[in-house]
Amino acid sequence: MTGGGVDLKPAQADAEGGSLILGDEALILPAYVPPKARSLLEPHRLFLMAVFALLVFCAIWFMRWDWLPKYALRLVAGIWQTLLMLFSTAIVGFLFAVPIGLVQVTGPRLLAWPAKIFCTVIRGTPLLLQLWLLYYGLGSIFAQYPEIRSSFLWPYLRQAWPYGFAALTISFAAYEAEVMRGAFAGVPRGELEAARAFGMGRFTMFRRIWLPRAIHRALPTLNGETVLQLKSTPLVATITVIDVYAVVSRIRQDTYLTYEPLLLLALIYICLTGGLVAAFRFFERRIPTRRA
Amino acid sequence: MADSAQAIEVSNLHKRFGPLEVLKGVSLTARQGDVVAIIGGSGSGKSTFLRCINMLELPTAGTVTIHGEEIAMKKDGHGGLMPADRRQVQRLRSQLGMVFQSFNLWQHMTVLQNVIEVPVHVLKIPKDKAIATAETLLKRVGLFEKRDAYPAFLSGGQQQRAAIARALAIQPLVMLFDEPTSALDPELVGEVLSVIGDLAREKRTMILVTHEMKFAREVSNHVVFLHNGMIEEQGPPEAIFGAPKSERLKKFISSIH
Repeated sequence: MTGGGVDLKPAQADAEGGSLILGDEALILPAYVPPKARSLLEPHRLFLMAVFALLVFCAIWFMRWDWLPKYALRLVAGIWQTLLMLFSTAIVGFLFAVPIGLVQVTGPRLLAWPAKIFCTVIRGTPLLLQLWLLYYGLGSIFAQYPEIRSSFLWPYLRQAWPYGFAALTISFAAYEAEVMRGAFAGVPRGELEAARAFGMGRFTMFRRIWLPRAIHRALPTLNGETVLQLKSTPLVATITVIDVYAVVSRIRQDTYLTYEPLLLLALIYICLTGGLVAAFRFFERRIPTRRA
Repeated sequence: MADSAQAIEVSNLHKRFGPLEVLKGVSLTARQGDVVAIIGGSGSGKSTFLRCINMLELPTAGTVTIHGEEIAMKKDGHGGLMPADRRQVQRLRSQLGMVFQSFNLWQHMTVLQNVIEVPVHVLKIPKDKAIATAETLLKRVGLFEKRDAYPAFLSGGQQQRAAIARALAIQPLVMLFDEPTSALDPELVGEVLSVIGDLAREKRTMILVTHEMKFAREVSNHVVFLHNGMIEEQGPPEAIFGAPKSERLKKFISSIH
């Protein structure tokens, strides 16, 4: 659709120049036929499903799962901690990402440069390194100052989760700022111009047109990035935050089991990812886009 | 002057893009009810001129007066002008209904949401009232059934008619059309022109940049021929198309037919 204005440029030029040549030599492409959605009941699929069912059955039947009830509550608490980490850092990180992305598109150089440097540095270093620098570095520096130790913040600063939260938030902000930069830049100028032409103020235009349009464009990418963020959360287990990964590690130490807890952990992450993808799909479908 | 108020008065407008002077002192007066057609070859500055009226392009020199209110300008420090009061420009813009060559509908909103957007969020009209007005307008342009469709699912002609409804929804003092049919497939031009023709016949004030000479002749009561950023010739359509005086206009008209 956005191509409509471009496609007809030659015809328009002709109209202006005088000789009117329209469409005669237009290239005729065969119509696109989407591949037919294939049934789940095709023989090879049935076979694969049977193999999968067998594997699940074997895993349940031959492996040891007697420890599950004992740790169920702790696992639930771990999942809760994981989700809390994911959503809090994704939401707060995204709130930072929007302005950091925006100033790189439209801001003065004084803001655009620091934003660019922030994104480059954070995206250029491992998350684990950032996390440890914050926790072992900053955390131990904080502990040396009596002013901080006696302040109302200390009960929080001496725990591990604020550092995990900070590292994950900063990381998400940097990656998503880059996504939003592209999304802001990709909103067609004409649509912003239309907003200006009708007397919209800058803030209204941003709130009503530019931001929602950019987020809509970026949704599929944000979906993938949020899934990646979910799978970055286990890193906080290295600084003693008890998320679902930390719980499973504990189970392995207690029970001397190698595979069962890990298989369960994989299943948990797959389910969480499935939920995330489904939620994003729901939002994507709210504004249908035409597939060309 | 006493009977029909001036809707738009542009005086001595200059526009320079770097070393290139696109407009070299263009003046134009449109009274209420006038339909002014601006014609000219590509590069003549006609679109730039139209875009200067609502300050989408900032003129280098000259004044624009809308409904008796001059847009206050100040020097921008680079040899050009900029609006002295952003709020004034925004207020005056919301009285000008602009229709673009490439429609520029907001793609994340349905047709109806596009039409009520400015009334609700700029003019602060209650939403139910804005929806009622919008539905009437969509019926007029023949898109009532498509009110919940997203622009990407409409044809070019339908999109442009939706864009016209969006512009009408602000109850504009003047409609500005910037080559409204140039991006359309030939078979879709007619439906858009017929909507614009209806607006002209009901004596709505309009300034129309167009390549459709036959249409310009039919609906306008004043035609301006721009050439190289200057008005080469202007007058009633019968005179411009029937008895062109300047050589360039003669050549331009014969080249179009």
